[in-house]
Amino acid sequence: MSRHRGGVPAPLLVPALLAVAFLVLPLAGLLVRAPWPDLLPQLTTPAVGEALRLSLVSATLATLVSLVLGVPLAWVLARTRARGRSLLRALVTVPLVLPPVVGGVALFLVLGRQGLLGRWLDEAFGVTVPFTTTAVVIAETFVAMPFLVISVEGALRAADVRFDDAAATLGADRWTTFRRVTLPLVAPGIAAGAVLCWARALGEFGATITFAGNFPGTTQTMPLAVYLALQQEPEAAIVLSLVLLAVSLATLLLLRDRWLGRASVSA
Amino acid sequence: MRRTAALAVLLSLAGCGGGGGLTPAGEAEVAADPTGGDEGLTGTLTVFAAASLTDVFTGLGERLEVEHPQLDVRFNFAGSSALAQQIAQGAPADVFASAAEGPMATVTDAGLAEDAEVFARNPLVLAVPVDNPAGIEPPATAGLPGLADLLVPEHTVAVCAPEVPCGAAAAEVLGSAGLADAPDTYDDDVRAVLTKVELGEVDAGLVYVSDVRAAGDAVLAYAFRESARAVNAYPVAVLADAPNAEAGRAFVDLVLSEEGRRALTDAGFQQP
Repeated sequence: MSRHRGGVPAPLLVPALLAVAFLVLPLAGLLVRAPWPDLLPQLTTPAVGEALRLSLVSATLATLVSLVLGVPLAWVLARTRARGRSLLRALVTVPLVLPPVVGGVALFLVLGRQGLLGRWLDEAFGVTVPFTTTAVVIAETFVAMPFLVISVEGALRAADVRFDDAAATLGADRWTTFRRVTLPLVAPGIAAGAVLCWARALGEFGATITFAGNFPGTTQTMPLAVYLALQQEPEAAIVLSLVLLAVSLATLLLLRDRWLGRASVSA
Repeated sequence: MRRTAALAVLLSLAGCGGGGGLTPAGEAEVAADPTGGDEGLTGTLTVFAAASLTDVFTGLGERLEVEHPQLDVRFNFAGSSALAQQIAQGAPADVFASAAEGPMATVTDAGLAEDAEVFARNPLVLAVPVDNPAGIEPPATAGLPGLADLLVPEHTVAVCAPEVPCGAAAAEVLGSAGLADAPDTYDDDVRAVLTKVELGEVDAGLVYVSDVRAAGDAVLAYAFRESARAVNAYPVAVLADAPNAEAGRAFVDLVLSEEGRRALTDAGFQQP
């Protein structure tokens, strides 16, 4: 700051302030309209606790699945010279632009009882996926994983390949290099991607209500509870939103101190 | 005994549609004529209507546009409760048609409309995918089956969430059939339930009879006794702050007219 005397130029400052107002005012609106005296009774209802627990658990599981599958995919996209890579990248990021409700129907067509894989799962193992907590995690992973893949791929591209090369000349194979050199280098990028992925999974609505349905305790996550409460009791919806807001802010602030400080430098 | 009583209710409902319903329709005809006659309506007419009215109202809107070439009719079809909230938040609408009296009460209690008139009724039916994976069939006895004759708790069942009109009706009929625990998913509107039935992802779903008509051959539907306990009434009103109240009145008159009734009946709705 001290190096740039005169502060932020007006052509940047004014739109930046407008952006802050645009993003923060609706949150302020929630806080102003919140029925503060009713807050505690609303919060202690079992339904809210159930929805919140389910949201946190399923978003976290979806993030873990995304990490296990998404980081290797990001590596393939960033480090291999395979043909059709840009097509592959376009394909795997489709869920970013696909309306989530359509994503939910698409999941039905593959994993539903009548779906391509689901029919076989049902016949061979008697397993049906829709309307279970597993379906919630699948729907959230489908929508959120591309956020992780994009961030990690960006971090991998920004990381210096010469470290990998040095490891290779010292005799490390590609897997050891990935594990011992590449992964630690891009760890902040992975953490940032995981947070983004978790936040997207936490807010997921369309694919979840379509593919997993809405049943208290097993598939009703907070966004679903908020939407349905809005149909009848806007006040209750505001309370539920505040809970979600508080939990995600707390998590993001906590993670920011831990990891994201470094991520912002390297990414 | 209970069956006979329920049938009697159904019959009296049907009787109401045939005979007693004619009088308001006649009045509406008289009221509709002068507006259609001398001066044409202009501007934009905005109608907020329940999702289940999509097909009928779109047709009636086109009919009004043909009669008044200067008029542009626009629709906002969604769940009635969501629409009532939008109107309460100041959405610029001329007409509100709700799938139940609750959301209309939200609007009239806020002083945003008065004199809502019921123009149709829509009972629930049990919709089943056309290949009927669970083999749901009514027993071979005469008369309407009870819901418990069709469903067992093991079936995968979709219904609307209790927060929306079709869900409130579903909760009522399931409760009275002793099947309150049957649902596996509570959807946000009736068309979402129908989609899950059409895709064959659930064994059955509770939807309005008009939705089954709209779905054509994709689903089978069974009427059942308990549906008479929770038949949704559809009220319509011109809104107090309507930007185009005159056109709004003309649309409501058209809905209440003989022609409107016929369109609604063709789509599977019952007379009020």
